[in-house]
Amino acid sequence: MIEEVGTTETGDLVINVGPQHPSTHGVLHLVITLNGETIKKVEPHLGYIHRSIEKMCESLSYRQFIYVTSRMDYLSSHINNHGCALCVEKGMQIEVPARARVIRVLMDELTRLASHQLWWGAMAMDIGALTPFFHAFREREAINDIMEETCGARLTMNYMVPGGVMADLHPNFQKRVIEFIRFFRTKIDEYDELVTGNIIFKSRMQGVGYLSPEDAVSYGCTGPTARGSGVSCDIRKLYPYEVYGQLDFQEVTATGGDCFARYKVRMQEMRQSISIIEQLIDNIPKGEFQAKTKAVLKLPKGEFYSRVETARGEFGVYIISEGGTTPYRIKFRSPGFSNLSALDHMARGHKIGDLVAIMGTLDLVIPDIDR
Amino acid sequence: MNKITMLSFENITHSIDSWLYATFSPTIALLLESLIVGLAVIGLFTLLGLILVLMERKVSAYMQIRLGPNRVGYGGSMQTVADTLKLAMKEGLTPDGADKFLFNLAPFVVIVVAMMILAPLAFAKGTQIWDLNIGVLYISAVSSLSVIGILMAGWASNNKYSLLGAMRSGAQIVSYELSAGISVISIVVLTGSLRISDIIASQQDGWWLFKGHIPAIISFIIFIIAVTAETNRAPFDLAEAESELTAGFHTEYSGMKFALFFLAEYVNIFIVCAIAATLFLGGWMPLHIGHWVEFNRVMDYIPSSLWFIGKTFFLIFVIMWFRWTFPRLRIDQLLKLEWKYLLPISLVNLLLMTLIAIEGWYF
Amino acid sequence: MTKEELKVTLEQLLPSPAFEEGAEWTTVVIDPAGWEGTARKLRSAEGLKFDYLFCVTAIDWKTHITMVYHLTSTVYRHTVVVKATLDRANPVIGTVSDIWRTAEFHEREAFDLFGVEFKGHPDLRRLFLTDDWKGWPLRKDYEDPVNMIKL
Repeated sequence: MIEEVGTTETGDLVINVGPQHPSTHGVLHLVITLNGETIKKVEPHLGYIHRSIEKMCESLSYRQFIYVTSRMDYLSSHINNHGCALCVEKGMQIEVPARARVIRVLMDELTRLASHQLWWGAMAMDIGALTPFFHAFREREAINDIMEETCGARLTMNYMVPGGVMADLHPNFQKRVIEFIRFFRTKIDEYDELVTGNIIFKSRMQGVGYLSPEDAVSYGCTGPTARGSGVSCDIRKLYPYEVYGQLDFQEVTATGGDCFARYKVRMQEMRQSISIIEQLIDNIPKGEFQAKTKAVLKLPKGEFYSRVETARGEFGVYIISEGGTTPYRIKFRSPGFSNLSALDHMARGHKIGDLVAIMGTLDLVIPDIDR
Repeated sequence: MNKITMLSFENITHSIDSWLYATFSPTIALLLESLIVGLAVIGLFTLLGLILVLMERKVSAYMQIRLGPNRVGYGGSMQTVADTLKLAMKEGLTPDGADKFLFNLAPFVVIVVAMMILAPLAFAKGTQIWDLNIGVLYISAVSSLSVIGILMAGWASNNKYSLLGAMRSGAQIVSYELSAGISVISIVVLTGSLRISDIIASQQDGWWLFKGHIPAIISFIIFIIAVTAETNRAPFDLAEAESELTAGFHTEYSGMKFALFFLAEYVNIFIVCAIAATLFLGGWMPLHIGHWVEFNRVMDYIPSSLWFIGKTFFLIFVIMWFRWTFPRLRIDQLLKLEWKYLLPISLVNLLLMTLIAIEGWYF
Repeated sequence: MTKEELKVTLEQLLPSPAFEEGAEWTTVVIDPAGWEGTARKLRSAEGLKFDYLFCVTAIDWKTHITMVYHLTSTVYRHTVVVKATLDRANPVIGTVSDIWRTAEFHEREAFDLFGVEFKGHPDLRRLFLTDDWKGWPLRKDYEDPVNMIKL
């Protein structure tokens, strides 16, 4: 997996990292120019999992294209589907019933928790602590089991439809979620103690990979990557959708700008997600879980943009419609794409060991970048 | 009383020794004794390898909320046997352009060094292969030779990244040897002798960890950290586990040669824990507290071999615990820890220990 | 600023802009020749300060190609959509990767999939596809008998 590609004129070494990694980042191919142990340039080579989803969606109907996005950022599959459903509803002026809105937010927050858990486990594993991975996956299993009961699947849960959700919640859902939250609240403090408080961990993360707020905005970073530098960009707070406007939660930002700040932002976000779920789980309104819509959807001529906050940042769906049953052009604005462009800027001047830490805190999911 | 003394190794070794010398001429007896000892050491190696690899896998599994190997044999006990069989049947590749002589020699150097260190260790009362008068110095000196084996492996692989990994590993081992050596010296200062049996005998009325109070505890902690680094174990395992970016020194090895490196790593852990147990925790000496005669007699009922094994395996467990709890250090943080923190502290500690030994301020 | 205020400000600032009506955000159609100057004004003008480029799209309308830039300001929290119509046979437009660093990757993607050339881009190469790929896949007239299945 390590091959020397060549030496430049100044005697720097050029090495390949990837596309197959022992870590769980996906197929990312980095070409790194090194001077000794110090990184001079990082160049990502993308496209190993490019499936031209945007072109595919031009021949799928408005009901079908939603589920292709689960395969993009598979860790936030509900949230991606939610974004697409919102765009179609915006175009067709569909009113989503209250029960469906609350169910969607619950599913989103559970997905966010699961995604952050996997991120935490994989991040600790990259730094060298091999045990938290198993703890993280144990919690993820609990969430996956809850999802499986209601949605029928554990990873790509095709549950959102334009107008609501595909099926009603399983009768056990409320009880299981309350139990899970009670268990998880104790665990998250334990994880903080085990990993965050560890002096070796701190010395590998603090001061590494600094991203200033101006650079974060210029590179288009969103999500915890930008919030770790102090940029306030939580879509749930800035452009509230569904019931986020009525909920009591905080946007988590940190001012450090380094890996440790981004790490702390995500840990706090998990706590905020728990608080959101606790506010909603006891008050799910009764009613319809899906608005009445026609079987074949046709968006009017025009363009529509909707955005949601996934675990990685802002996911935007831009539909340009000519009035037919399939979209004329869809553009997915994926958060990982812009976050990755800041990697070169952050990694320069650091050692190779730090590159692993920086990539971990960016939380990249490569199918999201490659589409 | 008789039953218990029969169980001790001392009697067995004594009886074999006297029978050999009675039956054969001294030269033949010595040769036969060396042969028996050699076979016993190889047997011990194999047994240790089996036990330690399985122990690591089970300990790590239980810490990671999973079960570990539990299919092969009762509770997974034959797992290592199966793995060794597999490794023995693998094709042993030698990379193109590798220095064949050094490539084949490196694993043997590492194994031979590990075997040689076993010589002065006392496993039980009277069970010591060679009680030489510079026992501790011999151990320190011979353990330094293992660096040669590692560098040989890295060089002979004809792989730039193996060489880088071997050099990093070598730098790490050589640095941490200093702190380990100084910790050892601090105990020698208290005992006044380099001979292993003297060191153990001086712990008759209590282990040095308790008798030497504060400086001994500091020495012990520094020693444990230093030997974790010397055996390339986590959290200091960047030379072999950072294999995403730099290959470790034993990447090009496969089959039986790799098995030898793997075995040598685990036996090294056993050896350094045995040394720590001997110096700080009394070796095979049961826990005695000063002049509490009754208590000491009760402690003596437990055979000395059991004491030794118990202490060593407890320390092995602690070292395994480290691996699965802490993240990895970067190479510059690793070397900084040694040269800027551990070495000055251990030097000051040595001075303190000398002062205590001179003034007699220990138990 | 609200949609109307933005429209007024932009009319004063830019040379002869055209506005599209009926969209969610203020949509202005500009001449691609003056894009770099316009972009700099949008980035730094008082009261506008569009510092966050969050979406760069290329659309193939069969007779022409449209570039769509979605800009928002983290200071004033208003959004504007800038469109530029390019000639389909030779789509060329100036780069904005020195103004908004995120455009570097987005413009490479547009080049890769549509063939739009960005003048002044530091490193205009294909991003997802291999360097020797022929053709612009997301264009409507792209034919690929091996990989595309026509239903």
